[in-house]
Amino acid sequence: MSGLKAQINSALNHWWLPGLLALVVLALITGLPLTALILTTSEINLSGVFQNTYFNRVIFFSFYQALLSAVLSVGLAIPLAQALSREQVFPGRKWLIYLFSLSLVIPTIVAIFGIVAVYGRTGWLNNFTAWFGIDPFSIYGLSGILLAHVFFNMPLATRVLLQSLDNIPDTQWRLSTQLRLNGFSQFRFIEWPAMRTQLVGVFMLIFTLCFTSFTIVLTLGGGPRATTIEVAIYQALRFDFDLSSAVSLALVQMAFCTLLLLLSAFFKHNAPLGFSITPAATVFRPVNKKRWVSFSIIILAALFVVLPFMGLLISAVNPSTVAVLIHTNTIQATINTFIIAVVTACISVAMGIALLISSRHIRIRLAYHKLGQWIQHAGNIILVMPPVVLGTGLFLLLRDFADVFSIALLLAILINSLMALPFVLRILDGPIIQATEHHDKLIQSLGISGWSRWRLLDWPLIRQPIGYAMGLSAALAAGDLSAIALFGSERALTLPLLLFQRIGSYRLHEAATTAGVLLMACLVLFVLMRAIAGGQLLRPIHADS
Amino acid sequence: MLTLDNVSVKLGDLRFSYTLKTDATRISAILGKSGSGKSTLLNVIAGFLPATGGELEWQGKSLLGLPANKRPVTTLFQQHNLFSHLNVGQNIGLGVKPNLKLSAQEWQSVERVLEEVDLQGFIKKSAANLSGGEQQRVALARCLLRKQPILLLDEPFSALDESTRYDMIELTRKVVELHELCVILVTHNADDAKLMNAKQYQLQDGTLKPQTTEHRQQTL
Repeated sequence: MSGLKAQINSALNHWWLPGLLALVVLALITGLPLTALILTTSEINLSGVFQNTYFNRVIFFSFYQALLSAVLSVGLAIPLAQALSREQVFPGRKWLIYLFSLSLVIPTIVAIFGIVAVYGRTGWLNNFTAWFGIDPFSIYGLSGILLAHVFFNMPLATRVLLQSLDNIPDTQWRLSTQLRLNGFSQFRFIEWPAMRTQLVGVFMLIFTLCFTSFTIVLTLGGGPRATTIEVAIYQALRFDFDLSSAVSLALVQMAFCTLLLLLSAFFKHNAPLGFSITPAATVFRPVNKKRWVSFSIIILAALFVVLPFMGLLISAVNPSTVAVLIHTNTIQATINTFIIAVVTACISVAMGIALLISSRHIRIRLAYHKLGQWIQHAGNIILVMPPVVLGTGLFLLLRDFADVFSIALLLAILINSLMALPFVLRILDGPIIQATEHHDKLIQSLGISGWSRWRLLDWPLIRQPIGYAMGLSAALAAGDLSAIALFGSERALTLPLLLFQRIGSYRLHEAATTAGVLLMACLVLFVLMRAIAGGQLLRPIHADS
Repeated sequence: MLTLDNVSVKLGDLRFSYTLKTDATRISAILGKSGSGKSTLLNVIAGFLPATGGELEWQGKSLLGLPANKRPVTTLFQQHNLFSHLNVGQNIGLGVKPNLKLSAQEWQSVERVLEEVDLQGFIKKSAANLSGGEQQRVALARCLLRKQPILLLDEPFSALDESTRYDMIELTRKVVELHELCVILVTHNADDAKLMNAKQYQLQDGTLKPQTTEHRQQTL
């Protein structure tokens, strides 16, 4: 056995070691910045936060826009999910639902560009309505933020609700036909009860996502009227260099996030993480008497989601494409993006596996189920300490020792790894448990442990999900703006940062091509990481099953 | 000789205390309703559960201090005896060496033991493609090849259909007698015990009671 193998072997023989190492790393990455944040508060007046009108407005707006976004997303998802569930067979249904899952890997900033191309001041919609003499619709401010939040979260909510509708047993539909229930009664007695179980959970999920939303608010919001806490921290740190504001807001944000996380722990939801498509059911369905209503809803929703992608694809090729592609900034940003993505994927998947291997031992062999789960929950720390808050802490921690802007890529990798970790844990948890669940006593009695166990029993079964987790975390890291926005500069460019700058300076041709490059980069990274780690190149994607 | 002297286990509010003496080459069957503590008995002998008191000895030596994989014990479970992503040979080979690095000689012994359970030529077959009866026979082959003197049978016939079950019991009895193993069979089916030629014990209220033939016929 080679040296490294021997080391891994002995590490795996001690079931607690991988998890302990991961916990220590997590504690260092988050604990030290948190300490730095708290130590800084001695210099500032925290109670001032709630007396400052600007702060009050920011806090109010964070809740207000999150509430509206969640209500709109879930509210629109209900009729859409119902329509999709009533119409199980029509051409393109599969692709539409597939498109609904893409919001997971499409970089937010890329989608925003697509939205601007369609709904922006000079976008398609305003050009179209101008013919009728209607005043242009402004995408900046609350309306734009809501539009983008609904664009990302309505498909998510739809998939969750559609899943519960598709789980309705066949017999209920047969019964409803025999009882001659009309469309509304079907909704009231069959569809609504099925959706209701998921409603609060998915509402809380979307509310939390929108509450900590950064990229959308940064690009489409702005000004004291449309700023969330997350963006206000960034502005205080990066533009006003107002440390005391940044720190107070960061602590307030952490408190709210903790509260939201505790609240969502009470409401379960089954938000899907993969691209699996519920098969067109062969089950019995009552005749849909109002097909035109269902199809109108589906067509409107399809246009809403598809148009920005078309806007993006059409504008990506333009007269300045070649110049943008060979520009040193583009090339440098692409290289940096790939570095961040690949290293992030490796770190977050390694941490995820380490946590899960120890947690599995605690849960299955030692039968302390709760304790094992808590160890795993430590990997979700980013939900309590969102990226910009963590970034602020890291900034305070490191400012005396190093030029934080010269280690921007490293810091982005750290933050992105923690951002990807909850996804990695959710993808790998099931498969890692399944690899043992029924066989633990057999494994014990045969004495299979350490490297042999990993090589023979774990790796063959979880390799494919590992590939998926690597692909997803690489794509997430490649598309993330929040970490690099804090620390990036001309010296440390990534594609999302470059795109943000080009949108910000209204160089829309250049921005369009940059968006295209970023989208391609995410796609290539996703496919490549899945291929290398998962040992498969172009097989259909089934992550949920 | 396998001796259990008041081996006690606590499972939540339940308490079990097992006392049993059996010869090194005898087949004992433990009968009892589900929840009576049959599987717990096997778990404590195999070392999956710690005993809270008493003494467990094999040939005069205590087993209680040994971890599961160091005990002279091998178990045939009701199901999930095989790793379905590995082939038959690999599944058996894991019982010889947990890292699956077998010598040519050891691979030959894998083929030989497959003949013993009437599965010659199955070595490269995927475990996922076997029938329930074939899976149990592969698992039995692994138990035999591990050459542990104590064989624990945890309802190994319950998941099989009627005719497969008789064949499997017949085969198991034959090889167990041939290899002179000490067998503890746990089952809810008195028929299994009879067909295995086993000395029967009833597990009731946490303790083991030997059963005479007459008594058995009454309960049947």
